[in-house]
Amino acid sequence: MAHLIDRRLQGKNKSAGNRERFLRRHKGQIKEAVARAIKGRSITDMEKGEKVSIPVKDINEPNFGHARGGIWETVSPGNEEYQAGDQLQRPKGGGSGQGKGKAGNSEETSEDDFVFELSQEEFMQYFFEDLELPNLVKTQLQAVTEFKQQRAGYTISGTPSNIHVLRSLRGALGRRIAVGGNARGRLQEAEDELEQLQRTAFEDDHRMLALKNEIAALRSRLAAIPFLDPIDLRYSNRIKVPKPTSQAVMFCVMDVSGSMDQQKKDAAKRFFILLYLFLQRAYEKIEVVFIRHHTQAAEVDENEFFNSRESGGTVVSSALNLLAKVMHERYASSDWNVYVAQASDGDNWDTDSATCRELLVNTIMPAVQYYAYVEITEGEPQNLWEEYTKIPDEHPHFAMQKIASPADIYPVFRELFRKQET
Amino acid sequence: MTATAIEKAAGKSAHAKTDAPFRLPEQSEWTFELIEQIHEEIRRVAASFKLDTYPNQLEIITAEQMMDAYASVGMPVSYNHWSFGKQFLATEKSYKRGHMGLAYEIVINSNPCIAYLMEENSLTMQALVIAHASYGHNSFFKGNYLFRTWTDADAIIDYMLFAKNYLAECERRHGIDAVEELLDSCHALQNYGVDRYKRPARLSIAEEKERQAERERYLQSQVNDLWRTLPRREEVVAAEHDKRFPEEPQENLLYFIEKHAPLLEPWQREVVRIVRKISQYFYPQRQTQVMNEGWATFWHYTILNQLYDEGVVGNGFMIEFLQSHTNVVTQPPVTSKYYSGINPYALGFAMMRDIRRICEAPTAEDRHWFPDIAGSDWLTTLDFAMRNFKDESFIAQYLSPKLIRDFHFFAVLDDDRNEKLSVSAIHDDNGYRYLREQLAGQYNLGNREPNIQVWSVNTRGDRSLTLHHNQYQRRPLNKQTDEVLKHVARLWGFDVVLETVDPQGTVLNTQECKSDKKPRVN
Repeated sequence: MAHLIDRRLQGKNKSAGNRERFLRRHKGQIKEAVARAIKGRSITDMEKGEKVSIPVKDINEPNFGHARGGIWETVSPGNEEYQAGDQLQRPKGGGSGQGKGKAGNSEETSEDDFVFELSQEEFMQYFFEDLELPNLVKTQLQAVTEFKQQRAGYTISGTPSNIHVLRSLRGALGRRIAVGGNARGRLQEAEDELEQLQRTAFEDDHRMLALKNEIAALRSRLAAIPFLDPIDLRYSNRIKVPKPTSQAVMFCVMDVSGSMDQQKKDAAKRFFILLYLFLQRAYEKIEVVFIRHHTQAAEVDENEFFNSRESGGTVVSSALNLLAKVMHERYASSDWNVYVAQASDGDNWDTDSATCRELLVNTIMPAVQYYAYVEITEGEPQNLWEEYTKIPDEHPHFAMQKIASPADIYPVFRELFRKQET
Repeated sequence: MTATAIEKAAGKSAHAKTDAPFRLPEQSEWTFELIEQIHEEIRRVAASFKLDTYPNQLEIITAEQMMDAYASVGMPVSYNHWSFGKQFLATEKSYKRGHMGLAYEIVINSNPCIAYLMEENSLTMQALVIAHASYGHNSFFKGNYLFRTWTDADAIIDYMLFAKNYLAECERRHGIDAVEELLDSCHALQNYGVDRYKRPARLSIAEEKERQAERERYLQSQVNDLWRTLPRREEVVAAEHDKRFPEEPQENLLYFIEKHAPLLEPWQREVVRIVRKISQYFYPQRQTQVMNEGWATFWHYTILNQLYDEGVVGNGFMIEFLQSHTNVVTQPPVTSKYYSGINPYALGFAMMRDIRRICEAPTAEDRHWFPDIAGSDWLTTLDFAMRNFKDESFIAQYLSPKLIRDFHFFAVLDDDRNEKLSVSAIHDDNGYRYLREQLAGQYNLGNREPNIQVWSVNTRGDRSLTLHHNQYQRRPLNKQTDEVLKHVARLWGFDVVLETVDPQGTVLNTQECKSDKKPRVN
């Protein structure tokens, strides 16, 4: 009579399209929320959703309706004390009072904001979008993974070189037992009977002859069962699995001299976040070291790195010295893949820039996987830039780019981390 | 199904063969077999009460799917729109925080009648939902005159599918923004997209598709004719000068826009039509909330009690069921902080039960008030009531003095010309009739929603559209009016004027919305 249908496994997320439309409509606000979230969040904590709030007036769908005023006569349940003709004080604030819940269309717009949660995926989408990341590139970026071959049991098809002998023979044995089961059982019985008969009967007893014939037939049937059949063959199965290459450390080196204002720090942070997300996809474990410097360098936590207001002149080599020291003390073993990202507005003591180049060329570059320098400035390149341009000649895994506005961050990142032709 | 459940079910039915052919095991987990069995029992009892239903389709869904269903106004298919997404996010938020439970059921007025059962529900709740939705609501959909007149259960799913595909196609052709804007405007007017008195043509999907292209051409030619700019012969023009357009005020704003808005593209007219059709489909539901929920609640209560009396369900089942049932039909008094208007389940259920009481055990008062039905066959009387009324007339006809007393109903008059509010009637001899009238009026959609109609179109001048708001009880329009007028202007394409008029026809107030004329893109 009734049709009972299990729908649980199908048609989930039917509203995804509607949800998408909603997000689309409020893109501006969501982008702002994502930008705020990026500021407030640590670099390592990017991949989770975010609460977004949208003012109720923006999502209100207007309708014709009545407002309070004129004559309203309302029937309500729960009279306790009133008699017909009683006069009541009008509730304060023109509220609906006794007749509350009647006015179908609320005029109040002071309701709480409409708050909802962006999923992790949606968050990342807006994050990347804010960096003006073309879709094509985004998937490419996300798919940068190395694969390794790994054994994964056995399959029934493959190349002859992959035949697994033990498994195949085990299968064949099983098949032979199964297929020959009846015949073998009967053979055993027949042989027993024959043995019995041989003790008592004559050589030409017809029963013995029959048994001998049967035994011969059974033997030949058993012999006809193939020792190895194509069905028995098993091949070693190998599959590709993404291979996170052990571990990595990422050094964030930033100039915090007075000229690095909040905007520049934000740009730097976004660059570091991208680098982190990028590395996270390649490495199982990744550590982050923050080094900031003006005339002196110090290793600090992320909060201090981006938010400290301390400032002074600039001696870049102080940071590079500290970088080299930390690297040798804590990340010296060959297990560590070292990445350095340096952000600066390029201002440096005149004589120091040459020192920096020497430090890089002789000490640091041989020990790191990749070194990316971004100069966050709108102006002309400074002396540090001049000196750094000489490095790639000797060490091709050194790259440098300039960031003039937030829109440059992603293209620069792409440029720095594009697949190297080797 | 677990082995123990099978044994239990089998064992018990073997034991109790003499009194009940099937006995529901005392367990809270449902299984497909148990749902089928309890459904069969419910169907049997419902049939014995002569409930006439569409065939039933029960669908087990997850909580998330329930939220999906919520978001698309309960329809299994619907077109995409951000407001449904908003609804989904709002539901999801409060559900995840535990602020609300999801409704136990959603039921669709279609043939077959689809009822959703949430997988998280206990066996008892599934039985409650089946009785409530698949036999209560279902028989209401099939029997009530409003639904019979205005909805076509056979065609709705197809039509929704058609609408979804059509709008998706529009999005591809004209861009998501264009479609969204248009839908926003249509939604703002959807309560004014219904024919209140004229019966609409039936929704038939085959016909719909066939006639769609033809309609596009025809409508466009009609519109062009209305806005003809070529010079015409003098006498024709002179004759038309005296005519107002439209000759009669039009209550169906969306229909008027669909047929006469000068600048709409054919596809836009079709979208207006889709929103109008769907709105029309839901119109009976908005007019029969008390009756529909009351009817469904009455029947789940009656059917499950019958099953208990027969021994099909046990004590544990009954206690869990009664707890849910009681929650549903609670009516907090107006002074309670939980009060949020009259609970349609409470009022509807009480009235259905009361009608049965008046039939079965009438008092002298009942004989005086309801001479026709006091002592009559309750099943026949109730069936008649279900078929032939909507909330307004149902209350006007059947609300008894006893119920008015039970609910402690009272009426308060709030006239903004008076200093104070006054209690105009309470639950006493003098008040019964008055309260019943007032309460019935409260369910009249015509009173609840402002009465706004198309009044005239300036066909020879600036093509502006004038709407009339016929004021009811001097009530003003709310603050959203300006926003709605912008939507009207967007659809109409030219200026829109809204005049508020009193019953004498004097214009009291005028609101205007200039149309921001965009160059027409072809």
